[in-house]
Amino acid sequence: MTIPVYAVLQAAPPQSMFVFLVATVIKMLIFFTIYMIGIAMLTLAERKISAWMQDRHGPNRVGKGWLQPAADGLKNIMKEETYPDAAYTPIFILAPAMAFIPALVTWAVIPFGAPWDSPWGRIELALAPLPIGFLFILALSSLGIYGIVLAGWSSNNKYSLLGGLRSSAQMVSYEIAMGMSTIPVLMLAGNVSLNQVVERQSTIAPLSWNAATCTIAWLIFLIAAFAETNRLPFDLPEAESELITGYHTEYSAMKFSMFFIAEYGNMVTASALMATLFFGGWDLPFTTWDNLAPHTGVKTLLTTLFFFAKILFFVFFYMWIRWTLPRFRYDQLMALGWKLLLPTALTYIVIMASAILGLQIAGFGPASWQYNGALFGLNVLLVLLLFFVLDRGRIVSPSYSRLDPRHLERLRAVTAARTAHQASAQARS
Amino acid sequence: MAIGVKVLERPIEQTSYLRATLNGMRLTLKHMFQEKVTWQYPEQKWPLSPRWRGTHRMLTTEDGKAKCVACGLCPTVCPANCIKLVPGEDEKGNRYPLVFEIDEFRCIFCGYCQEVCPEEAIHVGRHYENSEYSREGFVYDLERLMAQTHPVCEMWDPADPKGE
Repeated sequence: MTIPVYAVLQAAPPQSMFVFLVATVIKMLIFFTIYMIGIAMLTLAERKISAWMQDRHGPNRVGKGWLQPAADGLKNIMKEETYPDAAYTPIFILAPAMAFIPALVTWAVIPFGAPWDSPWGRIELALAPLPIGFLFILALSSLGIYGIVLAGWSSNNKYSLLGGLRSSAQMVSYEIAMGMSTIPVLMLAGNVSLNQVVERQSTIAPLSWNAATCTIAWLIFLIAAFAETNRLPFDLPEAESELITGYHTEYSAMKFSMFFIAEYGNMVTASALMATLFFGGWDLPFTTWDNLAPHTGVKTLLTTLFFFAKILFFVFFYMWIRWTLPRFRYDQLMALGWKLLLPTALTYIVIMASAILGLQIAGFGPASWQYNGALFGLNVLLVLLLFFVLDRGRIVSPSYSRLDPRHLERLRAVTAARTAHQASAQARS
Repeated sequence: MAIGVKVLERPIEQTSYLRATLNGMRLTLKHMFQEKVTWQYPEQKWPLSPRWRGTHRMLTTEDGKAKCVACGLCPTVCPANCIKLVPGEDEKGNRYPLVFEIDEFRCIFCGYCQEVCPEEAIHVGRHYENSEYSREGFVYDLERLMAQTHPVCEMWDPADPKGE
């Protein structure tokens, strides 16, 4: 199979440089504003949702609660910034920005709406629709860890350092599972361009959405995304009870706030990726109206809104999980990543590749009902297998269940013998 | 080491992580729509017991004078020594307090002063929201005690121990 490099390069329609520049600047301005305000509002949403889930009201004082993020921001800017004596100042200052920038830059390649055929030429609703979109995301999401690791290291504080170490171990482990889980998606799309991924899912949505045709990949991606963004139940780098909030122990005022912004930024980015890769991106379900020409402004607006609705749902899902599950133990975290997610992802790649090949040999096109239906059926089967056969105290296990039952019996016999021995020794003395 | 750990035989539903997670998520979602338990304090206040002992109040006679006759029982009974009383006498021989101060910081709100008062003049009240910019502000003089308007504490009645 020859890769149509030339066609991919020509995919961007010709338009004048001036229109391109102006459109990009406008897109960046609008997007950045919405993104930053959105993140601020998400801190409020998190507090509200956590409150509701705990039968409380949440912040409702500053402007009925709506101005709470502004008040928090103002407070954080006014606060005194402290620099620990032993900290390595340049990196200490740089780290919060390094945590945030990758999350923001990742957004450059995510298409967030249907393209718009404006009077000045076609405008893509992505800041920089790169043909290598997905590889760019993989490259950048690995950078996100540096902010946290460097913050932990430069603070010169043992708890911060432990937090940084944990985050590096955790992120490296889950990065692999995350990358592996997306391979079936790329196999289905036949391309790493995110536009192509969205296009492939739009054929007979929602059956052709990758959440239906690559369900296991989606589940793995979901779990890995939680670990990548350091959200509960994988927030070991900042475990309050053990590490005094880990890598940002020494940070104060706006620099501390930057880590929060980074966390929410990462969350939004991960949600957007999940929506793009598995939930059809900006695609409206049950219709192909939005995917076909003419690409009017109405379509662009509707699809963009729908994309943001999807993102908000996943952000809510993140918060929902956060206030439901307790934190993992460190060995459970590692076992889950290396011993469950990675093998599952690898096996799944093989299964999906065989299925796709089989369907191609059988002569079903990727846009046909049979093709997507067959994949959906296969995934339902695999999910049932995962839920009802694999998951019997094995996915996340307490420490004793890793012991062989006979081994456990032996250990108990040893303990019993020792207790009896001690008792008799006491009785003698 | 896992020696001596009590191992429970749990049903599959409890050892299954994914299903337990889904159960937990159902629970938290249910709570999202349940009635909130928070009391919105400054707007919404918890009802006080009729026997609540709070800020003091000096009751007055109909012509606006303090009922106090400066008998000296309340400073005597006060376990915290927070009442300062200097008695005075007018030309008709009626006793009245020249100085009557209660240090609300020292007070332990035992209510003995109200219990001991023969004239039912000094009372502890059903009121608790006090704030001042200085410690001196918490020494309430007679005028201030008379100016309080909150309802007073109902003493415990031995004949009606449950307050019915």
